[in-house]
Amino acid sequence: MVKKIERVGIPIVHIANLVPVAKSTGANKIVPSFSIPYPFGDPARSEEEQWKMRYHIVGVALDALTIDVEEQTVFKVNI
Amino acid sequence: MKKAILYLNQFFGQIGGEDKADFPPEIREGLVGPALELQKQLGEEVEVTHTIICGDNYMGSNTEEAIDTILGFLEGKEFHIFFAGPAFRAGRYGVACGHIGKAVKERFNVPVISSMNEENPGVEMFRQDIYIFKGGKSSAAMRKDIKKMAEFAKKILNGETLLSAEEEGYYGRGIRRQVWLDPPVAAADRVVDMLLKKLNGQPFETELPIPPRDNVPIAPSIKDLSKATIAIVTSGGIVPVDNPDKIQSASATRWGKYNVADLEKLESGLYKTIHAGFDPTVANQNPNVIVPLDALRAYEKEGKIGKIHEYFYSTVGTGTTQAEAARMAKEIIVHLKKGKVDGVLLVST
Repeated sequence: MVKKIERVGIPIVHIANLVPVAKSTGANKIVPSFSIPYPFGDPARSEEEQWKMRYHIVGVALDALTIDVEEQTVFKVNI
Repeated sequence: MKKAILYLNQFFGQIGGEDKADFPPEIREGLVGPALELQKQLGEEVEVTHTIICGDNYMGSNTEEAIDTILGFLEGKEFHIFFAGPAFRAGRYGVACGHIGKAVKERFNVPVISSMNEENPGVEMFRQDIYIFKGGKSSAAMRKDIKKMAEFAKKILNGETLLSAEEEGYYGRGIRRQVWLDPPVAAADRVVDMLLKKLNGQPFETELPIPPRDNVPIAPSIKDLSKATIAIVTSGGIVPVDNPDKIQSASATRWGKYNVADLEKLESGLYKTIHAGFDPTVANQNPNVIVPLDALRAYEKEGKIGKIHEYFYSTVGTGTTQAEAARMAKEIIVHLKKGKVDGVLLVST
């Protein structure tokens, strides 16, 4: 899906926990998520901490849409 | 005497350039253009009896008709091998060679040989169907490319042992073939040898090459995010609780689009995940952990992004085939374009 969408020229970020899989399927811009069942959450943390994490990952992903890259790039998140 | 027939486009068939690209298929007895070189390379054992010529645009926009016509020309003719091209980097020509080559192989069950440059889209489309040799960028490589096609044709027609795609020089067709090693070396020994080489940083050759990925050109970045419309697409199975589109929990073939224009976030109890590949408890308590609408709204309010596209798109990614995923993406793209979406966050679980 990522590739089909990117192929028509729409910038896209793949937010995925399994970064090696995202890489091997060919996503060009990858932002790591926290986990598979809750990419933007963590039940071990408070609601507020989870919100901060979610806000952070989405922010990184939005910035990634604006950044020119030459090759497949995994953007850094601080989670 | 073995017989061969060659397919050419209007340019190499000496009909004309782009202005003649609508030229409908024609069959001529004997040799036209590159057929002369092909005959020379094939030598006396093989005779090129006919040359078929068709305009690239004609083949492109009337594919079925063109194929039918050409198969009609070939019906009843004796030939043992079929050639198309070489097509170099000419995209339409390469695709035409692939279309006709595949059809001829299926109908007449003869080997079909073409040649294209690796950049030619015909390679990816047809490498599994016909032999496509690795060819040059332009017709400057004509002689070299034809030589490769002819040499291989002679090997096939003489019943010689054929080597692997890599050794012969054509694009791998993704076919695995068992071979007897001479001298025999057990698999366990071979794999340990490979491992040792790898550990020592020496080159080694895998026996199971994974085909290279089909990479997509990187889409141009968003210049002004504060004016951009952003959409969320997910394979995490978030849907309204009644799953109105009946998206399957695994091996999905359906997707849904859900209007969130008036929503600040996705409420638990109104949205849930139907994904069967993970424990849904957390996502059902807070669907924003998969479709982060709340965080995206915050960025919209701050003015970091222009606006959120009024729908999010959802399907289930577990067990879903690449072909189905590609088809669903194609359908979703229509809506993304209609909504003038500038950028997409694709969340997978």
